[in-house]
Amino acid sequence: MTNDRPVPDGPPREPAWTARRIRGLAIQGAILAALLGLLAWGIGNAIHNLNKAGIAAGFNFLGNRAGFDINFRLIDYSPASTYGRAFVVGVLNTLTVSLLGIVAATALGFMLGIGRLSRNWLVSRTSATVIETVRNLPLLLQLLFWYTAVLAPLPRPRDAFSLGGVAFLSNRGLTVPRPVSDDSAWMVWAAAGLGIAAAVALGVWARRRRIQTGRRFPTGWVSLALVLVPPLAVLFGAGVPLSWEIPALKGFNFDGGLTLVPELIALWLALTLYSGAFIGETVRAGILSVPKGQVEAAQALGLTPGAVLRLVVVPQAMRVIIPPMTTQHLTLLKNSSLAVVIGFPDLVAVFSGTTLNQTGQAIETIGMTMLVYLVVSLAISFGMNLFNSKMAIVRR
Amino acid sequence: MSTTLDSTSETSPALAPPKVSRSPWRWARENLFFSAWGTLATLSLALLLAWLVPPLLKWALLDAVWSGGTRDACMTPDGTVGAGACWVFVKVRFGQLMYGFYPLDQRWRVDAVGLTLALGLAAVLPLRAATQRAAAVAGAVVGGVGTAWLGGPVLGALIGLLLLAPLLLTRDLAPLRRLPAVVRALLTVGFAALAAGIGGATAGTPWAFGWVALLLAGALFWLRFDSVRAAGLYLLGLAFPVLAQKLLSGGSYGLTFVPTEQWGGLFLTLTIALTGMAASLPLGILLALGRRSALPVLRLTCIGFIEFIRGVPMITVLFLASVMLPLFLPEGVGVDKLLRALIGVALFSAAYMAEVVRGGLQAVPPGQREAAESLGLGRVQAMGLIILPQALRVVIPGIVNTFIGLLKDTSLVAVIGLLDLIGIIKTATSDPNWLGFAAEGYAFVGVVFWVLCFSMARYSLRLEKTLRNGVA
Repeated sequence: MTNDRPVPDGPPREPAWTARRIRGLAIQGAILAALLGLLAWGIGNAIHNLNKAGIAAGFNFLGNRAGFDINFRLIDYSPASTYGRAFVVGVLNTLTVSLLGIVAATALGFMLGIGRLSRNWLVSRTSATVIETVRNLPLLLQLLFWYTAVLAPLPRPRDAFSLGGVAFLSNRGLTVPRPVSDDSAWMVWAAAGLGIAAAVALGVWARRRRIQTGRRFPTGWVSLALVLVPPLAVLFGAGVPLSWEIPALKGFNFDGGLTLVPELIALWLALTLYSGAFIGETVRAGILSVPKGQVEAAQALGLTPGAVLRLVVVPQAMRVIIPPMTTQHLTLLKNSSLAVVIGFPDLVAVFSGTTLNQTGQAIETIGMTMLVYLVVSLAISFGMNLFNSKMAIVRR
Repeated sequence: MSTTLDSTSETSPALAPPKVSRSPWRWARENLFFSAWGTLATLSLALLLAWLVPPLLKWALLDAVWSGGTRDACMTPDGTVGAGACWVFVKVRFGQLMYGFYPLDQRWRVDAVGLTLALGLAAVLPLRAATQRAAAVAGAVVGGVGTAWLGGPVLGALIGLLLLAPLLLTRDLAPLRRLPAVVRALLTVGFAALAAGIGGATAGTPWAFGWVALLLAGALFWLRFDSVRAAGLYLLGLAFPVLAQKLLSGGSYGLTFVPTEQWGGLFLTLTIALTGMAASLPLGILLALGRRSALPVLRLTCIGFIEFIRGVPMITVLFLASVMLPLFLPEGVGVDKLLRALIGVALFSAAYMAEVVRGGLQAVPPGQREAAESLGLGRVQAMGLIILPQALRVVIPGIVNTFIGLLKDTSLVAVIGLLDLIGIIKTATSDPNWLGFAAEGYAFVGVVFWVLCFSMARYSLRLEKTLRNGVA
């Protein structure tokens, strides 16, 4: 069948004012008007209510004296500090526990995920049991269990469990030795830095050589030596400028050393197990998504089982694993806000809890808290998207 | 040798498959001790389990105290806490764990609502048709007789009628729908007004009676249901919540008023979870449709809402609902604490639900819409009859997953002071008379949550399998 009519360049242009467009504009206008109206109504009520309660809206309260103490902090803070500083302490605590949790949960997740697929019956059954138990229990329940049922009944510092005489586990938390550095300790750190730099350079060189000549270099062992040997050599060469401050029982508590408060341990444990179980399922799905033929082909080429996993399965599985794993990491960050239940001073506990109760600045405190989570969430997902696009299949 | 493949296949009979030894020793060698590393992993894990599991079983079962009614039952003669679990603690608190502080003599109301819901769900969820019919009839009889016995004949008749309605509504009611529209409208309004009048006069609840009558009249004169499931869903979704609220809150129809502060335990957990589920699915569908809309204002509003909620922790959303919401309402307008929590939970899970539904919408091939349009269906019809049913079917596992997450997340309402299962156990374990039995309490609550979540997950898996086979 022939068609002699000229083919138009594109779809026919819609006239500027059709009934459909007008209807669309009308609907949007109505939505906008309703939203703005609702907002204006709410703000009007809020202004009235705040005036009545005698609360001055605005962020001036951030400069006021906070007057409460925080039992876990990374920067200097005392009851004389301002609300603004308490906010920073809270943000840092949230980031600390999230980071600790993300690292541990990822490691545990890979162990559980690979373990559930193991040929070993005992390993796979145990992994599956752990995953199915942990996944189907609310995180809050697990957190309260670890905190109230496991850590709280621990003995007093006087009867603490001693781990080799240097670390102690009691109802005050886990007390570990603290590294104390002398004046010449910087040389050890410098040596360690040089070692790491050398290891990175070696890695780059070995990779380039492998691509050019096909010869492999035992990068792993040599890098380990490069990272460990120089600082240790300097450490003993310079007469051990680093020492450990061993905690000792003094009165009712330990003196010296570094104490991880039970709240932090409970939160870390709970977050790690909970997210680890979910990451485990993600990892399992990722590994199962690699076609069986890939493994068989690698085996046919004579790769050892370890090399098959490391060079063929995991790199391909990572493409599937990374996006949902990022979601899990973000969930962990948001779940760390459960700290408020056991009294770990994270952002929500310090700011949307204590500060809100003391100042009554509900809109400002909750707004700032939410903003922090939003910004960190967006930043992590942006970073992970970058990483993901690097891992994606390069089509040549 | 000159034998060819062909000649062998002709002459020698097929060999039997090699004998598989089923001896446990061989099984162990293949699955536990297949290599040096495998053996090492097995042995170290077995050692760890041997260290952990027997003491746990000894604590939970062998040494545990099951009988008694006071703390003394769990104490050794010299006044210290015994070595085993003290299940007496859970036994003593069982009523609170189930109903919270709901008055003892009124707890049948919770049971009645729960039973009605369970039977109603059995009639609605994808189960065998015979099971559905049996559940509907049983629900009508049990619910009707039970409520009549406990709450009076009118209430019983109403609930029984409602439960039987799905069966009645699937009968051939076409003659009713053939009446002129004016007559039908008059009949509907009149019926609703009559019911409202009766309800107002006898029980002081005109709105609830009117609403239920309106729903029934609408079903009789206007709508058409093809299955028990559709009719059941209609009533369960629109009539049941109103009746359940009336029955649980009381304050009318001779029922004592029970303020929501006294609601608690598993009952409150399930109330929040089910309300959240019922609200989040339609809200999520609307948000997902809005996110794919061609209208920029609508689209941006939906995207902004979804991404905002998904970017912040649920606790902050609950704080928002419990602390900030009253600020934005006119002075003197108090919103019930439970209702505020419900709003927070519903908004939170709606955002997650929207993303699940969006995945389903994206999975429907564009040809489906084009085909629907070429058949002359309008945009709303194409969405409701062609695209959405397919999209939702694809994402049923995702929806159930969101529901499981929602059930677990309801535990957070304990943070804003509601006494759900977790809130109750938290208060119970800090009771000075029962200090030191936290592990038992949390273990029990854990088992309850685990059974609920695990069975939902299993149901979802089964549903997924049925849907994949094209039967549902």
